[in-house]
Amino acid sequence: MNLEKKIILLLCLFFHDALYAELTIRITQGVGKQTPIAIVPFGADKGMPVLSVDIAEIITNDLIRSGRFSSTPQKNMLQKPTTGAEIDFDDWSILGVEAVAVGRISQMRTGSYNIQFQLFDIYKGEQIVGYRMPANDKTLRRSAHRIADMIYRELTGIRGVFDTKVAYVKSNVSRNETSYSLIIADSDGENEQVVVNSKDPIMSPAWSPDSRQIAYVSFEGNASSIYLQTLRTGNRRKISDHPGINGSPAFSPDGRKLVLTLGGTDGNLDVYILDIATRALKRMTYNRAIDTEATWSPNGKEIYFTSDRGGAPQIYKIFLNSDKAERVTFQGNYNSRPRLSPDGKKLAMVHLYRGDYRIAIYDINKKDLLILSSGMQDESPSFAPNSDTLIYATKMRGNGVLETVTADGLVRQRVASKQGDIREPVWSPFLKL
Amino acid sequence: MERFNLGLIGLLILVLSGCASSGSKSGAMSNDSGMSSSSDSEDAATYGMGMDDNNNLETITDDSLSENLETIIYFDFDRSELRAEYDALINAYASNMNSNTLLTVRLEGHADERGSREYNIGLGERRAQAVRRMLLLNGVAPAQITTVSFGEERPNSYGSDESSYTQNRRVELVIN
Repeated sequence: MNLEKKIILLLCLFFHDALYAELTIRITQGVGKQTPIAIVPFGADKGMPVLSVDIAEIITNDLIRSGRFSSTPQKNMLQKPTTGAEIDFDDWSILGVEAVAVGRISQMRTGSYNIQFQLFDIYKGEQIVGYRMPANDKTLRRSAHRIADMIYRELTGIRGVFDTKVAYVKSNVSRNETSYSLIIADSDGENEQVVVNSKDPIMSPAWSPDSRQIAYVSFEGNASSIYLQTLRTGNRRKISDHPGINGSPAFSPDGRKLVLTLGGTDGNLDVYILDIATRALKRMTYNRAIDTEATWSPNGKEIYFTSDRGGAPQIYKIFLNSDKAERVTFQGNYNSRPRLSPDGKKLAMVHLYRGDYRIAIYDINKKDLLILSSGMQDESPSFAPNSDTLIYATKMRGNGVLETVTADGLVRQRVASKQGDIREPVWSPFLKL
Repeated sequence: MERFNLGLIGLLILVLSGCASSGSKSGAMSNDSGMSSSSDSEDAATYGMGMDDNNNLETITDDSLSENLETIIYFDFDRSELRAEYDALINAYASNMNSNTLLTVRLEGHADERGSREYNIGLGERRAQAVRRMLLLNGVAPAQITTVSFGEERPNSYGSDESSYTQNRRVELVIN
């Protein structure tokens, strides 16, 4: 899909869903204006072949998608500098632009490049940040995301998450058969890579803290099992295949353990902790109710989970050193699938609100609940590693699509959607460089 | 055999008349549906039984069971109790399994799509367990029964409306 088609699609999304667009615009105005910036098309050395990706376009799209920036369209630019020395600060000041990014790409040898970029403060007439980085055809896109992350951090004070990945499950329904894939894509939805394909359902992907492995549930052979797969090699091993349910895996912050759900022959779902190296299993809940969807607190001391021991699903937590469960949510009669923000301050969940399943966020200290999404069947909230944004699944014309929303609820965006029914997005940790 | 099948037909009329939502998926009286409606692997498994070297009277009984008995039990919203209309069906499965202890059944629990996915795995399992308990009460040996819950992952109907939800809150009985 080329840029024009993408923009048209994006516009269609905005105008199709007027309420959605209105909501985004109205509320972002409430937070303060979007910082006006300009990302000037990057220059290239003479004689260089045209690159497969447009670095400036990727950076611009990333920053616009965050909802915190507006950008000067190329046609309105009075000049197109590629180095700091060429910038005429008055030209940009007239346009009301606060920061300008410029850059150049040089080819070292075939398929190998050097990218330099600089970010300038227009009012002060000073460089804010400047870097030079090597890249090749495979890493150009990632380099663009990294530059967007640096700009985002300098201008907002928040670490960017453009150079991260999202894992999700896609189902393709054909005439006689449904197939399921586990897919990993860049945070902007591009660069999809299928890591598992199956004719049986795949569920509940979970990233290891080093983002090198992914755990998931597969129903191969008409029974549920939990697999651990190394992303680089594609090698996997079955790490839980007890009778009955094996579900809902989540890594401990140190990556050594998984919290998971086992049902056993009698189908009583309880939460267990599995030591990945020794396979030792420790039972954490003993209730006859459904206890599932467990997740670790970032400090590794507590487990949050869903339980309907009180009659309807609510979120509970257990302190690992005491084994005593305490109820966390009291608002509404359906709260499930807890996920903690990496900074440990907020709890995201699925919350039933006036008949609709919505993504809500609970401030652990203030004890207040904020509804973030507007769909009817929103599910699977997952925090970005900077705790500032979440991704979740919603439905559009019967198909699952992904949306992101800032944790303050102010900026909501749809992730570029591809074919198929997409669900269970999980945001990766920060990636190693 | 004949007496048994006649009894089953009477039973089926009872089951079908009490189960408005079983329409398209019932396959109870058709020649080629029955067990094979769920997935390929079940197709293969059912076919394999017929080609078995140990083909004998009991194996033929298996076929008649799979062709003639309703294979889906539906549930009310947010419930896992079996409606009374299914008592006769459970009895029929139990008596077949008691008379042929080589038969095993896989109870596949399902939920509608509302709510979170892993919790729905729990709801589907609860329904499969409700069927399991009834079979156990009717004398079926625990070793003859396995359960699996697919939650909302394998819907019968893909719509997001009450009629689809009704079709999807179910337990499928798969005889092996």
